Amino acid sequence: MQVRARLDDKILYMELSGEIDQHNAARTRQAVDQYADHYCANAEKAVFDLQNVSFMDSTGIGFLIGRYKKFTRYGIPVYIANPSTATNRILQMSGIYTLIPKL
Amino acid sequence: MCNYMKLEIAARSENERFARSAVAAFALCLNPSLSELSDIKTVVSEGVTNAIVHAYGKSGKGAIRIECTAENNGVGADGQECTGGILHIAITDYGCGIEDVEQALTPFYTTLENEERSGMGFTVMQTFCDGFAVESTRGQGTSVRLTKRIGLPLTEDTQPPCEGELVGLEKDGVHAG
Repeated sequence: MQVRARLDDKILYMELSGEIDQHNAARTRQAVDQYADHYCANAEKAVFDLQNVSFMDSTGIGFLIGRYKKFTRYGIPVYIANPSTATNRILQMSGIYTLIPKL
Repeated sequence: MCNYMKLEIAARSENERFARSAVAAFALCLNPSLSELSDIKTVVSEGVTNAIVHAYGKSGKGAIRIECTAENNGVGADGQECTGGILHIAITDYGCGIEDVEQALTPFYTTLENEERSGMGFTVMQTFCDGFAVESTRGQGTSVRLTKRIGLPLTEDTQPPCEGELVGLEKDGVHAG
């Protein structure tokens, strides 16, 4: 799992790539939280781009809800973009889009 | 056709990927669609994660047994003739067991409130499978049994090879073992 971040027009885009499971969630969390702390003053919106996420189980849902809480503390709304069909299936099922809308 | 496999792995998180990939590879004998394969990977990942995180917890030691049976009965999910069948998956651990199974099955319920767990593992397994059962004994372990119908409609592309072709393949050493 890799995380790449860029700030574009006050939107913090975080591109996740690879697989999100229990094994790599902690490292991914650490990486994203560092970006959150670094960019919080300049970002008005945060977007998780999931285009290159090849696998996600319910650990990924816990991870996203945790990040939602983190960004919310900074007053930054969070969005999800480009989930694959499989990722979208589990996200949809979990109801997470009510917290983190899909773009 | 009834095919099976048994796999025992150490309850370590780096084995999650191996476990879900192994079961998905085994399920290929039923000609699953991509979305069925992805469901299989997800539910195996949920079961193995539960064993690692909950059954063995901080000890980080223990074994997880995964047993799969593929039943190709020639009937798919929609009742049409097909090359698919039924995949049975049993994921067993020898860990602490579940205190209250009914509570554990409640969506969003988690015993690890502070660890960013979604509490959706069992719900995902139930939603993505056609059959689901949990047996747990405190101090002895937990076994989750999952059943998933796998089916592709019978088309020219998905017809199984006839017996002679299979024998031919084996002779050529295409099938390992």
